[in-house]
Amino acid sequence: MKYVVFAGTPGSGKTSVLMSLAKTMQERGFRPSIVKIDCLWTEDDKRLLRLGLPVRVALSKDMCPDHFAIYNIEEMIAWAGQEDSDLLLNETAGLCLRCAPFTESCLAVCVIDVTSGPNTPLKVGPLLTSADVVMMTKGDMVSQAEREVFRERVLEANPTCQAIEANGLTGKGSTELADIVTRWGHVTKGMRLRNNPPFSICTLCAGETRVEKEHHRGILRHMDSFVEYQGE
Amino acid sequence: MSERMTLTIKGGIDKSGIDEPVRSITVEGGEIVGIVGPTGSGKSTLISDIEQLAQLDTPSHRMVLINGERPEWSVRTDPRRKLVAQLSQSMHFLADMDVGEFLKMHAKSRGKPASLAPETVDLANTLCGEPLSVDDHLTTLSGGQSRALMTADIALISDSPIVLIDEIENAGIRKQEALHLLSGEGKIVIVVTHDPILALLTARRVAMSNGGMSKIIERSERERTMCSRLAEVDNMLISLREVIRNGHMVGEQP
Ligand SMILES: Nc1nc2c(ncn2[C@@H]2O[C@H](COP(=O)(O)OP(=O)(O)OP(=O)(O)O)[C@@H](O)[C@H]2O)c(=O)[nH]1
Ligand SMILES: [Mg+2]
Ligand SMILES: [Zn+2]
Repeated sequence: MKYVVFAGTPGSGKTSVLMSLAKTMQERGFRPSIVKIDCLWTEDDKRLLRLGLPVRVALSKDMCPDHFAIYNIEEMIAWAGQEDSDLLLNETAGLCLRCAPFTESCLAVCVIDVTSGPNTPLKVGPLLTSADVVMMTKGDMVSQAEREVFRERVLEANPTCQAIEANGLTGKGSTELADIVTRWGHVTKGMRLRNNPPFSICTLCAGETRVEKEHHRGILRHMDSFVEYQGE
Repeated sequence: MSERMTLTIKGGIDKSGIDEPVRSITVEGGEIVGIVGPTGSGKSTLISDIEQLAQLDTPSHRMVLINGERPEWSVRTDPRRKLVAQLSQSMHFLADMDVGEFLKMHAKSRGKPASLAPETVDLANTLCGEPLSVDDHLTTLSGGQSRALMTADIALISDSPIVLIDEIENAGIRKQEALHLLSGEGKIVIVVTHDPILALLTARRVAMSNGGMSKIIERSERERTMCSRLAEVDNMLISLREVIRNGHMVGEQP
């Protein structure tokens, strides 16, 4: 099984890029299946089902969607296997910029929208810095100079990635991505994450709704970056 | 650019999936070729195929050759090696940066010195009535200022042997001067246009329909004469616009 993870901020073009890739891979004789993960709601399955491929949607509800994705990787891969797939395409929700549900052996694809401005690559963290491929979408809406400045910033944040100019509407960039997927290896047992997900167990996680400091326990970071531990 | 480069477009398919009538066109350094056709006829797609040096891998299945050969991959993607500079239809910048910072960053991406930034601004100011400065914020520029800046950027920073222009007519800049600047010395220039002056400035034009290149039209002698007359009228209009903009009356000595 090849495993490709698409991460990127909401609306960046993940579904569009994923759908073009799925078509290209099908033409090359692969049997893709698709899992979309979101938090509360998504309509992506309606679009994805048009491909005529196995599609599953999973909602993380009150959990961090990236943490949720990580716990469910084994199950997703098992499901894709039952569907007789040899390629699992996973679209994440891409809300939390601190986590990136990239495992060591997956192909990690970051989808990023060039209209979000050239400072974005510096803001998105592991989603971009630990990706293998960066698909830069919506270049049709800006000048060539702006696309090139954006690419420069992407390469500053992640010097070893393959930065590809993509277009979710025309499928531009899909052939290059498909070449990389075709070359990429299969996932193995004992997968590990590329990054530590952030340490985020606090009183709020456990349901506290009172705001004042005295009600909070755990590892607390202050605005001046001072970190303290409150509790037993 | 010591020897003249050639650009060849091998015909692909139109929107209905059938072969486009023009099977091949080759353009040489120093030539300006027009692309004409109604909205939706595929002009921008053709420009985009040339920009990415398509290798049968775009929906049109066109193939673009440089000096008769298929280009290497890095020539298609790495801005430092790019052969194509493009002035696109988008009239505004979205980047949250000031003009100077942006131009320096762009020069870096193209492997050029940062000192080109102020020169680029000076050149832009020769094309547009409203001056801009390195400290201006990109997002506050007017359509004309953005276009002038993009044009100057192509002349000085991108400075590639192939220049693609997607409609400069309604941009509030001196279009003939802009075209002259963009075409530089010995460059291959391809210009999409509805503007009679720009279209007739080109010796050949490709007519588009239904997503395909339908025919190649050579400019006639009559069209050429017509073009010079239109250019005179256009220059008159530009001067009149300046007179009015500066609060004078037409015919009155300022
Ligand atoms: N102009 C332009 N629009 C694009 C491009 N790629 C995607 N879009 C549009 O952007 C919008 C969002 O694209 P999606 O593919 O749904 O983005 P997404 O990242 O999957 O969104 P979520 O799953 O909701 O986070 C859609 O309206 C697309 O048609 C592109 O390259 N150019
Ligand atoms: Mg989506
Ligand atoms: Zn998280």
